[in-house]
Amino acid sequence: MTTRGFTGRRPAADTARRLPPGQSQTLDFPVLAFGPTPQVDTAAWTFTIRHGARPLAKWDWSQFGALPHTEWNGDIHCVTKWTKLDTTWQGVSIDDLFDAARIEPPTAYLLAESFDGYDTNVPVADLIDGKAMIATHFGGAPLAPEHGGPARLLVPHLYFWKSAKWVKGLRFTERNEAGFWELRGYHLYGDPWREQRYTNDP
Amino acid sequence: MNRDAATEGPLHWHEALIERIVARTQRAVSVFVRSPIGPHEAGQHVDVRLTAPDGYQAERSYSIASAPGTARLELLIERLDDGEVSPYFHEIAQPGDTFEIRGPIGGHFVWRQADGGPLLLIGGGSGVVPLLSMLRYRALVRDKTPTLLVYSARTLDEMICRDELANIEMQDPTSKAVLVTTRADSQEAGDYSRRLDASSLHEILARWGRTPKHVYLCGSNRFVESIANSLTGNGISPASIRTERYGGA
Repeated sequence: MTTRGFTGRRPAADTARRLPPGQSQTLDFPVLAFGPTPQVDTAAWTFTIRHGARPLAKWDWSQFGALPHTEWNGDIHCVTKWTKLDTTWQGVSIDDLFDAARIEPPTAYLLAESFDGYDTNVPVADLIDGKAMIATHFGGAPLAPEHGGPARLLVPHLYFWKSAKWVKGLRFTERNEAGFWELRGYHLYGDPWREQRYTNDP
Repeated sequence: MNRDAATEGPLHWHEALIERIVARTQRAVSVFVRSPIGPHEAGQHVDVRLTAPDGYQAERSYSIASAPGTARLELLIERLDDGEVSPYFHEIAQPGDTFEIRGPIGGHFVWRQADGGPLLLIGGGSGVVPLLSMLRYRALVRDKTPTLLVYSARTLDEMICRDELANIEMQDPTSKAVLVTTRADSQEAGDYSRRLDASSLHEILARWGRTPKHVYLCGSNRFVESIANSLTGNGISPASIRTERYGGA
């Protein structure tokens, strides 16, 4: 269905290839969150992996900083339709985290949980084999509070609401339980290349 | 989207027919459309898709300004100077034209009558649009939830639907509005002619005399971050504050 009089402003071909359907490039770094930015002090920060209610491993900020660190470069995609190209993140890969805790994932699903009460579900298969990290640095600098600092989940191949800000832990669940936005109209999985924005998108 | 969305089908793209375009300010138009999308809730938005002759498409999201239950969907579209989709609605679109729409979308920045109050609505610039839908809805269903709107813009002329907001306040003693203008050389100052901060918000809240059960805060990220901090600094629980932020500063 053509829109009368609309010609559009096309991105260059090399940019267009990197934009999932319905996305536009942004040069800013927009901020989205359901509520106020929580003040998370690294002195009180802890990160816990749980299976249901049972803790499997826990780190404080200095113990977390001593884990092996990884860098990731690439593009991120927000469901509100912006894509930011060539971002650089540093943090601890989920593989290294599980290794350090000697954890074999006990279930196929988990919820990332945040200090502000937010949570989001991600299949374990989407977090391992180098696909995700707990990021503490963006572009070489400590992650700003409004972008999720001191630490956020980074799962860049899914829409960015999956990359929970102010993350405080991962909780393995028996089933694929919907998180905050997944209960409020957004897709259970969220693959940007299949444009899985809303609940029943195929 | 409704709470029972999981039991419904996917949100399909539908044709929206433009019936009327009304200038609200120098930079904002209301686009009134007829479309078959389902009923919305106050505070929700829609996705809009335009298609060029060669098939190239651009998508954006716009807030719904109309109240749930009104016949025509009103989208409020602010012109962005470097925009791709908003200039189309300001310069090219005419009544009778069509584009594609899907929604309604959003299950958090939504006020339902059952949510109750007191209700504090704070909007910066075009961030007032989802709040306008809430105020119109409240007026339409003759709800008497104590409500305070704090609306900040650079000048009074840049305020969207200022006369209508004044009218709502005049007709309903349970609904109050405080207009804040931030540009010092503004011809007519609003109720406050300085930036909202912790101390001016403290005064405004004290004069209202209520503690909000729900706060809806919408505007640029800079505005939302600063006001959210001022609110929590005034003892308002972060858990009661819902935010929606527009891109950029």
